[in-house]
Amino acid sequence: MTPLLEVKHLSIDFKLNDQIIPILKDISFTLNKGETLGIVGESGSGKTVTVQSILRLIPKPPLYRISGEIWFKQQDLLQLPLSDLRRIRGQKIAYIFQEPMTALNPVLTIGEQISEMLKEHQKIKGSDLKEKVIELLYETGIPSPELRVNNYPHELSGGMRQRAMIAMALSCDPEILLADEPTTALDVTIQAQILDLFQKIARDRGMAVIFVTHDLSVIAEIANQVLVMKSGTIMDYGDIFTVFDHPTSDYTKQLLAFI
Amino acid sequence: MFKNKWTYLGFFILGVFLVCAIFAPYLAPEDPYQISLVKQLALPSGDEILGRDRNGGDIFSRLLFGARISLVISVVVVAVSGLIGITLGLISGYYGGWIDTVLMRMVDILLAFPPLLLAIALVAVLGPSLSNIVIALIVLGWVPFARLVRGQVLSLKQRNYILAAKTSGQADVRIMFVHILPNIISTVIVQATFALASVIISESSLSFLGLGAPPGTPSWGAMLSEGKRVILDAPHVSIFPGLAIMLVVIGFNFLGDGLRDRFDPKTNRL
Repeated sequence: MTPLLEVKHLSIDFKLNDQIIPILKDISFTLNKGETLGIVGESGSGKTVTVQSILRLIPKPPLYRISGEIWFKQQDLLQLPLSDLRRIRGQKIAYIFQEPMTALNPVLTIGEQISEMLKEHQKIKGSDLKEKVIELLYETGIPSPELRVNNYPHELSGGMRQRAMIAMALSCDPEILLADEPTTALDVTIQAQILDLFQKIARDRGMAVIFVTHDLSVIAEIANQVLVMKSGTIMDYGDIFTVFDHPTSDYTKQLLAFI
Repeated sequence: MFKNKWTYLGFFILGVFLVCAIFAPYLAPEDPYQISLVKQLALPSGDEILGRDRNGGDIFSRLLFGARISLVISVVVVAVSGLIGITLGLISGYYGGWIDTVLMRMVDILLAFPPLLLAIALVAVLGPSLSNIVIALIVLGWVPFARLVRGQVLSLKQRNYILAAKTSGQADVRIMFVHILPNIISTVIVQATFALASVIISESSLSFLGLGAPPGTPSWGAMLSEGKRVILDAPHVSIFPGLAIMLVVIGFNFLGDGLRDRFDPKTNRL
């Protein structure tokens, strides 16, 4: 079976104050349909850069050089023209940010923000649009979605905001969901609910998920595959049971010792 | 609807002037262009409530028609220059790079001149008329809008929700107008109300200097200018146009503050 997403020898350098700093070094991994890959590592290990580079979201500067290949549906995303990439962004591959407060536009209601996605990619209009938005909010477990649809982000709690973000990401029924520490800014009980939601969505929709976190216990709960990163390199990569039972690097062993 | 009570006063003042401007032909007791040499500089009285100017024209009638000129010019200038400035500011801030450099150097050049002096120079080249005043004020007027918008875009485009919009594959134009513009519209509205006020002052200044309306046109600035020659003998000739300018400017400023409070959801929440 050809993998849904295949990252080959991805290397990224940043240029800061005239110094070239390697950020990612020779990262390779694959993601199959319906699979959840957990990327784990400490702050600054390159987890976020790795997922952002899939959608070419890293601003230039600081981006200086990017090499390698990212294959999705027989297309190398790194070589794709921006207009084609835009059709993949949101529609085929969706991204969820860490801080739901800053990732939602403060002057638009959550209904308007989800509608924007649907209008852009699915060309839905009128009453169908509103219905679809409410349906998505309902699916992500937001209570009384027909009222919440008219709320601004500041009128929602942290957990509800993250659910709204997830609803937005799901709006175009993407094949891959990139989640960058989606539970880090939430308190523990809400974290557990959001993790359940992720699992439910991945299962119900058969969606592949890349889940970035610094928390191995979260990975243990939701991932099938795990990729351990440190200073821009892969320390361990493989099936979750293999990595947890027989870690090859000392770093992974240390991390596991803390669970 | 407005927590700031001054806003209502702003609405009221501007409403009164708007009604005066629209219904000037019905409200004016006399033809504003009528000359009556026997009644030169007549003081305010029962018949002529604001008195008469040097040519014996009824000041009240002329003020009513002057409101048309001032309001139309200020709205046209601010609408056009605002549209140009907002668009250029969005493009400049959003794309950055050489586009930003070129646009902002243009802004710097225009800002390097004292604005009224540049307007005088432009009108001198184009020839004195009201339409040339409009053109000159538009040439100058877009600059503060572009600078303001660019600055706001620079800070906003770093926000996660703009990145999120990009991530979701939305087009640049949509991001600029749907996601960024609503975030800065309240600041732009405040800028626009100040601009409306300052355009009225600029138009009056240029007309005062004889660069605007042809002699005899009931423009507030030109009326002030006529009044200055007789200011010691008949101060009412300059006081009333001066008051009209002041009231409209104050009205726009009150309105701007109120609208800013109303439209910004962040201040609404408090």
